[in-house]
Amino acid sequence: MIAELGHAALWMAAALAVLQLVAGALGIRDGEREGIAILSRPAAILQGALAAFAFAALLWVFAITDLSVKLVAANSHSMKPMIFKLSGAWGNHEGSMLLWVTVMALAGALIAAVERRLPERTMQATLAAQGFVALGFYAFLLLSSNPFERLPIPAAEGQGLNPLLQDIGLAFHPPTLYFGYVGLSVAFSFAVGAMLTRAVTPDFARAMRPWVLGAWVLLTLGITAGSYWAYYELGWGGWWFWDPVENASLMPWLAATALLHSVSVLASRDALRVWTIMLGVIAFSMSMLGTFLVRSGVLTSVHAFAVDPERGSFILALLAIYIGGALLLFALRANSISEGERFSVASREGALVFNNVMLSAILAVVLLGTLYPLLTEAFDVRVSVGPPYFNPVSAIFALPMLAVMAVGPLLRWRRDSFGRISKELALIAAIIVAGLIFFALFEGVAILPLLGLALAIALGVASFLPLRGRNLRRLPVSVWGMVMAHFGIAVALFGMASESAFSNEKLAALEVGQSTQVGPWEVTLDGIEPVAGPNWTAIEGRMLASYKGGEPSEIAPQSRNFWAPPQQTTESVLLTRWNGQLYAVMGSEADDGRWQLRLWWKPFVTLIWYGGVLMALGGVLAIIGRVRRDLKRRSIRRKIEVRRADMEELR
Amino acid sequence: MRLLAAFLLAVIAAPALAQGSAPPAPYAYRQLDDPAQEAAAQELMETLRCLKCQSQSIADSDAPMAGDMRHQVRIRIAAGEQPEDVRAWLMQRYGDYVSYAPVVSARTWPLFVLPIVFLLTIAAVLWRRFGKGKV
Repeated sequence: MIAELGHAALWMAAALAVLQLVAGALGIRDGEREGIAILSRPAAILQGALAAFAFAALLWVFAITDLSVKLVAANSHSMKPMIFKLSGAWGNHEGSMLLWVTVMALAGALIAAVERRLPERTMQATLAAQGFVALGFYAFLLLSSNPFERLPIPAAEGQGLNPLLQDIGLAFHPPTLYFGYVGLSVAFSFAVGAMLTRAVTPDFARAMRPWVLGAWVLLTLGITAGSYWAYYELGWGGWWFWDPVENASLMPWLAATALLHSVSVLASRDALRVWTIMLGVIAFSMSMLGTFLVRSGVLTSVHAFAVDPERGSFILALLAIYIGGALLLFALRANSISEGERFSVASREGALVFNNVMLSAILAVVLLGTLYPLLTEAFDVRVSVGPPYFNPVSAIFALPMLAVMAVGPLLRWRRDSFGRISKELALIAAIIVAGLIFFALFEGVAILPLLGLALAIALGVASFLPLRGRNLRRLPVSVWGMVMAHFGIAVALFGMASESAFSNEKLAALEVGQSTQVGPWEVTLDGIEPVAGPNWTAIEGRMLASYKGGEPSEIAPQSRNFWAPPQQTTESVLLTRWNGQLYAVMGSEADDGRWQLRLWWKPFVTLIWYGGVLMALGGVLAIIGRVRRDLKRRSIRRKIEVRRADMEELR
Repeated sequence: MRLLAAFLLAVIAAPALAQGSAPPAPYAYRQLDDPAQEAAAQELMETLRCLKCQSQSIADSDAPMAGDMRHQVRIRIAAGEQPEDVRAWLMQRYGDYVSYAPVVSARTWPLFVLPIVFLLTIAAVLWRRFGKGKV
């Protein structure tokens, strides 16, 4: 019963999305107070409520393990802990698409309920765009991936008890990214709404900004967490593989990064109108593309996709309609949107434009490197594009961008001169040169890590320079946010460069009692213990690790064998110091009875993820600062209006 | 060193790539004694695709085949071969797909031409915006 109610709610939500679309379209044609146009906002709010109800229904059937529902039977099990029963609701194709559309509908309901700054016509057009995008996903769910489908005969027991997938990180990583994607869908709808009604104004940018910032924060966190998960789980010390799935989340992030800077310029300077709209369209296109790559199965094999193309083709068609439609609209309207305020090259806007162009180029490189192998595979030519391509080619654009990023926040808006900030420029240049000389003294540091290390230090210092000569107590919160996010980039960059320049690897075969060296660590194999878990057995290596002859710490990495299904995994151990991590993995027994160990010393590797967290925190501060200021502005406006009304009455 | 490598080659070359329950090849999980050679081998391994995995290099994989390939790379580097020769040998054997570093060819030229186009586009965009002393 609950499943049918959820299914019905989904149909009704889809119908309301149609209403939203029609109401918005008529509103644009006939005016915002005519006919059904006034239903836009109520329809969006009701649609949000119905989608939320459908998702709650799905959570419910998973919570009670209703095995007559096909999705539950395939992905859950009565013996699962409750938290993984619930996370199982979105840990599959259908459920995750329902989560996507629910979050999207709730976001639409939220802007319908609270956003009052924009002209009503623009809001209706925005909600119509939101409804139009949502409609595609409702169609996808209802026609090709119904999560509430029943089995003719209920299953006796669910199939999903794979312990490897019962991981709290795995349960919350995909929704984080999805929420980010959805935030960009709202930005997209605003962009389409503003284009349709020719209202690309600072107010529009202010309405769009919190959504872009929020999406950016979530994408940053999602990518950071995913990278750390790959790092500790895969057991070989790698943290970024330029894997298509990773690129699928990196591309929207790059676009969102460019967009959030551009939207800030539009909000405060009324410049970069066309560029902001363009990035709004691109950012959501990249989210859709990411969803397509991950959800369609095209990555496993282009040919597998061609054999069973139903779902993939559906997303591909949606992709073509939305991206193509938005780009067409953009092409038709771009000429009629004036560029906005002008500015000179030596200005804050100038630096931001430069970096936005660079970010877009990096995005284009990642897109090219990700899609090209898929394209050639369709013609039976298999090509691999990996780190040796992505690293140098993206660095061509990233290095100048990072250098400009150090300088940009020091410049004034509109018109400035590099002469005014010559001292700061000299300081940044001096740090870069000193860094290059210092790190070149170490043996075997390749050119890219070398540049990365020097730039990271310069950028770290430069990110605090905007604070000089300012009253720190009265500084807007959003400036703190910018400083923290830029410092986070420097921190992460230092971690990446240091990891690739200074990592030490040691593959050792030890008898019990023997020791080996890796970097400054001495690791002694103290004993081997068999260990058993609920559905696995393991060989546990008891080791003593001592840093530069200091007090030894006990570590115990395991090599686990699961028996159903038979699978071998490694439980690596990470020993974290302030200046890096020791990464220990237990291997198997060699022929001569010695035990194989894999050890890495990775100096400052943790900074990669600390940097990511700092960036996200900076984004959160920026949201708080911006929203607070917008609310204040709104209450001032209201007071002025009230006063004006009073004056009128007195007259 | 070279003698040892030649010996190893003779002993292992034949069954090294056999799949199944055979014990892992010795240099799958063992480093070369010469740090410079090991570094060269490591750098090469990070740019070779593990054919049995999804998007992992042979330096990041527990798959037996990746282990065999690591072994091949190490003994060939130890025997004094240049890393690019080892790559060429592997590409001949497994196809271009095995190498993560695309080289310019009739099939891959867009990968290299398009970034140059991006650079030119950037130059054009920035020139249009800021060039000629426009404000």
